Amino acid sequence: MESNIVLSFENIVKVYPNGVVANKGISFDVEKNTIHALVGENGAGKTTLMKILFGIEKPQEGKIIYKGKEVYFKSPLDAIHNGIGMVHQHLMLAPDLTVAENLTLGIEPRKWKIFLDTKKAVDIAKRVSKEFGMEVPLEKRVRDLPIGVRQRVEILKALLRNAELLILDEPTAVLTPQETEVLFKTLFDLKKHGKTIIFISHKLKEVKAIADRVTVIRDGRVIATEDAKKLTEHEIAELMVGREIKFERIPPFPEIGEPLLVVKDLKYKNKENVEVLKGVSFEVKSGEILGVAGVEGNGQTELVEILTGLRQATEGSVVINGEEMLGRTPREIREKGVSHIPEDRMKNGVAETASIKENLISDRYYKKPFSGNIALNWRFINKYTRKLIKQFNVLAKSPDTKVGALSGGNIQKVVVARELSSNPSVIIADQPIRGIDVGSEELVHKLLQKMRDSGCAIFLVSADLDEILKLSTRIIVMYNGEIVARFDNTKGITGKDLGPYMLGVKKEKTI
Amino acid sequence: MKNFVLKYFDLIRTIIAILIGIAVSVLVIYVISKAPGDSIKYMLIGPFMSRGRFGNWLEVTTPILFGGLAVSIPFQAAQFNIGQEGEIYLGAALGTAFALSFHFPVFMYAVVVLLFAGLIGAGWGYIPGILKAKWKVDELVSSLMLNYVAYFFGLYIINYHFRDKSAGFLVSYELPHAVWLKQFIPGTRIHLGIILALVFAFLVYYFLYHTKLGYEIRMTGFNLHFSKYGGINTFKVIVLSQVIGGFIAGVGGMVEVMGIHHRFNWQMSPGYGWDGIVVAIIGHNHPLLIILASLFLAYLRVGGQVMNLLSDVPSEMVTVIEAIIILLITAEAFLSQWKYRITVREASLKEVSDESTT
Repeated sequence: MESNIVLSFENIVKVYPNGVVANKGISFDVEKNTIHALVGENGAGKTTLMKILFGIEKPQEGKIIYKGKEVYFKSPLDAIHNGIGMVHQHLMLAPDLTVAENLTLGIEPRKWKIFLDTKKAVDIAKRVSKEFGMEVPLEKRVRDLPIGVRQRVEILKALLRNAELLILDEPTAVLTPQETEVLFKTLFDLKKHGKTIIFISHKLKEVKAIADRVTVIRDGRVIATEDAKKLTEHEIAELMVGREIKFERIPPFPEIGEPLLVVKDLKYKNKENVEVLKGVSFEVKSGEILGVAGVEGNGQTELVEILTGLRQATEGSVVINGEEMLGRTPREIREKGVSHIPEDRMKNGVAETASIKENLISDRYYKKPFSGNIALNWRFINKYTRKLIKQFNVLAKSPDTKVGALSGGNIQKVVVARELSSNPSVIIADQPIRGIDVGSEELVHKLLQKMRDSGCAIFLVSADLDEILKLSTRIIVMYNGEIVARFDNTKGITGKDLGPYMLGVKKEKTI
Repeated sequence: MKNFVLKYFDLIRTIIAILIGIAVSVLVIYVISKAPGDSIKYMLIGPFMSRGRFGNWLEVTTPILFGGLAVSIPFQAAQFNIGQEGEIYLGAALGTAFALSFHFPVFMYAVVVLLFAGLIGAGWGYIPGILKAKWKVDELVSSLMLNYVAYFFGLYIINYHFRDKSAGFLVSYELPHAVWLKQFIPGTRIHLGIILALVFAFLVYYFLYHTKLGYEIRMTGFNLHFSKYGGINTFKVIVLSQVIGGFIAGVGGMVEVMGIHHRFNWQMSPGYGWDGIVVAIIGHNHPLLIILASLFLAYLRVGGQVMNLLSDVPSEMVTVIEAIIILLITAEAFLSQWKYRITVREASLKEVSDESTT
């Protein structure tokens, strides 16, 4: 039986320099030739554990036993040489090189030891691609490929380096439902070829669909390792969160009012003269949530930045609360009642090295009673921010705590606390639950629902289809800078209905 | 209870850096000096060896403190303007020219001259500021280059238009007595400038930590994107932080002329802008800590002078200490392993107590 276990973790402890304990004594075994799912909320310690295995992070305590030997990989290269491959969430490919070049990067065949042998590279790539039955366009540049195909390239890259054990870190996060199916077929095939796969995810449907065994991690500890068949989706979810949860779709609010955000024919050309937005029109009414589905990088980021004044559009119109606001400054737009939960909270949402209170007042410090003509009223600010911290359930000792010392979920709560407490009428929420734990996620969704019911118009951009489907009153799909589909009634709509539009395969005529 | 070391880590780190700097120079002195004991004594307690030297200490502190404050404001906005040297020089040169050319009633003469010098410095800070805000010209490069322009321009004004030919040196005419800053401790040249510098330090502290514009400056320095997103006019902050810093530098330059020399006599740029950068770094850009850092640097300088005078070790020894301190303070990895180990220990202790309470 012992040969059956290919990898064991024994009591792994990892403390990060900022004092966060990511792994608190993790132990479990991975059996050979299985798909082993590692599930847990964001921040539970899954990625950290895999980084330790792959030689990116050093643990403080614990052992890793691989193929019967205690191992300690000094670097990813070391791990690769020992037959471990990792497919990162953010793919690590050179976009300007062809697929074949990417596949042979670092082990490129050479002519006379100096010149690259491109033909041979293609041959080598063709051989593996055939061996594992994974088709990829070998001579195309990676940047021209859809993300699902890029991921396949990355998997092949690991296989070409003789990976026996493959780690996939949330591989489906960036995929449409259709692409996910293709990926799963690939993973099954790899299992047939004798590979072992560790599959990190927090999407339980997928875990049930492909995993043989499941390990649930919560708050840095292993809660359970079980046969996947023995657990239901619901049971895994409860193990993950540690309490009862319900999946639900928030019903639409009956009282839909006037349009508060009206966008007409918005166009944007970037510095490289690429048309990123090709005439986008929509409106968001009081009391509704308009969800924007779409694979990332199809113009959503630019659209949000234009709406909030951080970027200047080429032409078009943005009317907020009845006034043309295109080209106004972020402050003028905020004064008009717009709130913005940004896509990248560490870049825009907070200043890490500043205190919580300094972060909470960044959009209102200049108003009374936060300040007088010249000076800030710290007494009032302290009292005020203490109240917000309590109200939004931010886990922090005091308003003076530095934001950088908080967990991802709590940092997002700081952002949400600021944005929702400014009494907005239009809320632009861009990936509001990205990378936060389920508890914070629930809180954010509940708050958005409450704001909607109080008459806000909410513009929700998310790469997470479940989130879009859960919250949206209406849905639009963006592809390549255009709105390619509109769903005015979300009843009965599933991710599969949206998928073809997100990939640009289907396009609605009535636009 | 948070660990003592973690709480005061930056302070402890700074002190250790200073101690290492001093230890290294003590070592070097032992190697090169014939009477190392005396040399070290002169360096370390020189400023306390006579009233005059004690006075020197505070005299030297004054311009360094002005320099440090002038640096702290743009640095807090993450604008790495290093044009203070030029601002100080030009503020002093044109301030002198102004004081010699125009006359005002006695009660306001000094104030008007200082204001003028401040405005010159502010204008000199405006140039890299607006270039950065408008065209993204790197302020580090432009302000550095402007230092040379300031130096030669100031030198030209003084040497060709305000030179006192009877003095035998290349100096300006003497300033009218009405603008001299009173030297108020007999036997020293300590003048009102030190008090003015301290007042400025507290004003800058209040400005940065208690006013709206100060908040904008600090937030912009922490994260430019965050400030823009929150609605702060970062264009204004980028320009104003350099203008206000320049104002302080200009005043500081003129204070030195009005308090110590009473005429413009800098044929070489005096280096107070560079010293300002040193104390701003040691003091983490915090105005109140910069007071301490300025006192410290001035003490070293005077100690170095005493050592230079009375022993066989040159005063440049002091620059070795400065260099080591700056190197260690700016090296992020210095002592970071130590901090990490304590963090790990603290975190595991906390885990244990969490376990026992739940």
